[in-house]
Amino acid sequence: MKPYLRDFVPTSYDDIPKATAYEAGYLVTKNAGWRNARPVLDETKCIGCLNCYLYCPDGVIFREDSKIGIDYDFCKGCGICSKICKLKAIKMEAEK
Amino acid sequence: MAINAKTLNETEFFYGHKACAGCGGSLAVRIALKVLGENAVAVLPAGCMSAVGFNFPQLCFGNNAIISTFAGTASMLTGVEAGLRAQGITDFHAVGFAGDGGTAICYDNEAYMNTGIQKSSLTPFGARTTTTPAGKNIRGNLRPKKNLFEIVAAHGIPYAATASVGYLNDFMRKVEKAKNIRGTKYIHVLAPCPTGWGVKTDETVEIAKEVVDCGLWYLAEYENGEFTLNRRPKEFSDVSAYLRRQSRFKHLTDEDIEIITRSRDEKWEFINQNFK
Ligand SMILES: Cc1ncc(C[n+]2csc(CCOP(=O)(O)OP(=O)(O)O)c2C)c(N)n1
Ligand code: SF4
Ligand code: SF4
Ligand code: SF4
Ligand SMILES: [Mg+2]
Repeated sequence: MKPYLRDFVPTSYDDIPKATAYEAGYLVTKNAGWRNARPVLDETKCIGCLNCYLYCPDGVIFREDSKIGIDYDFCKGCGICSKICKLKAIKMEAEK
Repeated sequence: MAINAKTLNETEFFYGHKACAGCGGSLAVRIALKVLGENAVAVLPAGCMSAVGFNFPQLCFGNNAIISTFAGTASMLTGVEAGLRAQGITDFHAVGFAGDGGTAICYDNEAYMNTGIQKSSLTPFGARTTTTPAGKNIRGNLRPKKNLFEIVAAHGIPYAATASVGYLNDFMRKVEKAKNIRGTKYIHVLAPCPTGWGVKTDETVEIAKEVVDCGLWYLAEYENGEFTLNRRPKEFSDVSAYLRRQSRFKHLTDEDIEIITRSRDEKWEFINQNFK
């Protein structure tokens, strides 16, 4: 399951719950704007070992077919995935 | 089957959070929750992980999670446990994620990061923080890092362990083990903070490995009254290389590094004598 952005953003007083509880995993903003560099996968080099997925602090790398996919809405561009990949299959490219 | 990247629960339970890029603490929390699964009930005291996880309406925990007072993690965990049992619910795992002053899983970033990098009792000797500045006379923190793992173990609890986000397979195995033991469990996971330590965001994992490899941190367990060492570096890597790459240690003199190396060697003498 991939957490996802919700359409409804509670803003008014009435939208805010009276109790201090709310739905778990409710996301309304992306983190993409934090990124200076974007991890780009070279599929020809990736062997699907999932090391990058394991070590991504934001959990934005997902198993995809026998390789991986990156959720760019929430990737912060830290570069850990690129460093951990022994096959150098992930390159950090400057965001324009 | 041993838990690893391929067998780990694919669901993400800590997502969209506002931790700095490359945050080691968020990696520790994310991985622990994947091991514990959706029935984990997480308690997070004031600190970075609660600050970055709950910014209504951005709620980044996919399981039940609640913020506690700074010193209230253990009492809230006890309450969660008692409340769920009273309702006849037994299929859950109450887990606390405290900073360097709490219970259950301590993600240790070696300072009070959320309030702007003040010294905690787990800040190592020589580290510069805003409350232990490095100047002409004082060169960072004067006190050694407190040995919380062995202090907790001394209470004779069923299970205690140390870990590092640089060695996640070891960490996952320990969380999995703790999950299946009844009673109080404690895991102390070293989780570098690029912001407070002064390293690049892509160095977190590397430096979390290096601190183990140079012998300034160690991977161990306490169980049935006995200590076990899980990883013995054949040869320690260079302590000064580990220290010098972090701006919080940039001011250290060669003598300071000598003091740190000596205390490391004393620690390992103790480990060799007392750990299996
Ligand atoms: C009783 C009390 N004292 C002080 C604070 C302010 N405070 C909030 S977070 C924090 C630092 C927490 O440090 P740590 O537990 O190491 O977690 P980190 O921020 O490093 O993740 C402090 C002192 C508080 N919330 N409650
Ligand atoms: S670490 Fe490299 S090889 Fe392994 S899955 Fe990630 S990109 Fe592919
Ligand atoms: S750059 Fe950082 S946040 Fe983005 S996918 Fe890689 S490890 Fe995850
Ligand atoms: S200050 Fe450090 S511990 Fe806090 S969110 Fe940023 S990287 Fe993580
Ligand atoms: Mg801290």
